[in-house]
Amino acid sequence: MEILVCIKRVPDTSENELQLNTGGNDIERDDLVYSINEPDNYAVEEALQIVARTGGNVTVATVGGEDDEEVLRREMAMGAKQGVLLSDEAFNGSDGKGIATILKSYVEKNHYDLILTGVQADDGAAQVGGMLAALLDYPFASLVNSIEVVDGQKLRIGREIEGGNKEVNEIDLPCVLSIQTGINEPRYVGMKGIRQVASIEIPALSASDLGVAEATVGEAGAKVTRIDYFVPALGKGAEILQGGREENVEKVIELVKARGGVN
Amino acid sequence: MGRIFAYITHKNGVADDSALELAMAARKIDPSASPTALITGWGSAIDAASASVASSYAEVWKISNEKLAYPNAELVRKALVQVVPAGSIVLVPHDHFGIDLGPGLSVRLNAAFVSDVLAVDATEGGFLRAVRQEFGGQVSAHVRCDLSSGAVITIRPGAFKVPAGATQNGTIVDKSAEIGALESGRRYIETIAAESGDVDITRHPILVSIGRGIQDKDNIAIAEELAVALGAAVSCSRPVVDAKWLPKSRQVGSSGQTVKPKVYLACGISGSFQHLAGIKGNPFIVAINKNPKAPIFQVADVGIVDDILEFLPEMTDKLKQVAVG
Ligand SMILES: Cc1cc2nc3c(=O)[nH]c(=O)nc-3n(C[C@H](O)[C@H](O)[C@H](O)COP(=O)(O)OP(=O)(O)OC[C@H]3O[C@@H](n4cnc5c(N)ncnc54)[C@H](O)[C@@H]3O)c2cc1C
Ligand SMILES: Nc1ncnc2c1ncn2[C@@H]1O[C@H](COP(=O)(O)O)[C@@H](O)[C@H]1O
Repeated sequence: MEILVCIKRVPDTSENELQLNTGGNDIERDDLVYSINEPDNYAVEEALQIVARTGGNVTVATVGGEDDEEVLRREMAMGAKQGVLLSDEAFNGSDGKGIATILKSYVEKNHYDLILTGVQADDGAAQVGGMLAALLDYPFASLVNSIEVVDGQKLRIGREIEGGNKEVNEIDLPCVLSIQTGINEPRYVGMKGIRQVASIEIPALSASDLGVAEATVGEAGAKVTRIDYFVPALGKGAEILQGGREENVEKVIELVKARGGVN
Repeated sequence: MGRIFAYITHKNGVADDSALELAMAARKIDPSASPTALITGWGSAIDAASASVASSYAEVWKISNEKLAYPNAELVRKALVQVVPAGSIVLVPHDHFGIDLGPGLSVRLNAAFVSDVLAVDATEGGFLRAVRQEFGGQVSAHVRCDLSSGAVITIRPGAFKVPAGATQNGTIVDKSAEIGALESGRRYIETIAAESGDVDITRHPILVSIGRGIQDKDNIAIAEELAVALGAAVSCSRPVVDAKWLPKSRQVGSSGQTVKPKVYLACGISGSFQHLAGIKGNPFIVAINKNPKAPIFQVADVGIVDDILEFLPEMTDKLKQVAVG
């Protein structure tokens, strides 16, 4: 099976405390550590496991700039055969539909049996996968947490629904699936693996390479734009204990006791 | 501005709570609007659900079709595209169904798409200004959405509070005949219930709940020891389950369990809305997190800015001393 996984590089919020920049129109990006969007990494692992069983190749693609090559290489070190950077000034300011439009053009110039995205980007809206499917007129399923290849024509997939229940569907290929975290255990990537793929060339494709009409992407095509970031005023907010650790420990035990805890 | 529709999800003939929340959101988008409910399904279930929704919407558009007995988002999308007029605004709850339906529906309606909206600020000159969150709730953002060709907007569950009263005596309009044959490359087969685990976290009055801040599988023991000393059970957030450090049955949240403890100790949990959605019954929440800006501190009763890997063992030691002494 030929599988395309759409991936995105995002600020790693488990590593960083986010701050707003002075203009309030963005987060402070200078000292941020970036990494691959978490569910996208699970999507790549799932794709690799599928081709290990059925044969084929995994390609990873991202719409972004030069800096984003880093995540393509990381996923190539995991085992993806090819990385593709979809990059053009005209893509700047794209909304979700714009990103999906760019990805669609790339897919149409190639052949994939299966396209995976993450459920949601950390700075995203859980939209690109479903839009890409609709633009391609492929079937779509979101929140996928299991994939079984039935035959060359279809898959049996599980979707995570409320309460941890699983909705099982059959879906025809080619299709687009958005992958939920926890579907597998992504393999570890060490520095050695990254070095091994360091010299593989990553093609960069522009709007004209892809045949993307510039008016449909970037700021020109965006119907939805972010105006600013802000940190909302705290609700009632917690009473923050100001004591030393020992004092705080005692206080918490006391509070829990008062509410019927501690035998 | 186009007509506003609210897609009603329902189960066993009962409309979801989101039915009223979407009506509220519609009024925020356009105070003069009389939103129309859109409901799909089959048989007595859709009839019962439509009848109940008519008490909160002036008009209910009903699409009854055997193929829609289970809400397969692909088929629902195909049905809605047949009846929703161009330029409309369609509201959908932001849950596992809305995530499935919304993006593709917006493409097919050639409408804008805004997901997981928490609040609506204003609608001006054909633009909507709405509030969403990014980075797991660490920051909020205002977004501007061009409504000129309509919009599909998913609404965060629980964000739009519903006032009591205000009942309608709505009419039900049967749109079933306007839907052609419904086919999709995705077919629903069955629903498999979540496995129940070794510990039933839904029944415990005290939960020591751990998040990604626990950092390593080996550190789970720290939480377990504290739980023993406190007479509590250990629950967790999603990343802990994703990493296979604890079984799925211990996960609190929209895709895990709904818990109703008296006391909830949130340890190294940032406080995303999907996690908070699983905490009910207004427990006393103590949050321990090393990031003073973590969103969990907005909902907790008491907060401690500290490292859980040091704080929790100290709490365990203290409890043991008290027990001995
Ligand atoms: C469709 C969908 C469904 C979901 N369902 C659920 C669900 O049911 N339940 C759920 O929990 N999540 C769910 N999520 C995921 C959710 O969005 C968040 O990603 C998740 O809740 C974050 O978990 P966390 O708070 O443990 O991790 P993070 O957000 O990474 O937060 C970790 C926190 O630990 C703190 N920390 C780190 N180290 C320490 C330390 N040593 N001491 C003290 N503090 C420390 C950090 O400051 C941070 O605040 C779902 C997501 C999606 C898209
Ligand atoms: N710029 C991008 N390039 C490639 N894939 C993307 C990009 N943005 C989003 N995606 C994919 O779409 C998924 C959902 O993102 P979003 O809709 O932005 O939340 C991500 O997990 C990625 O798989």
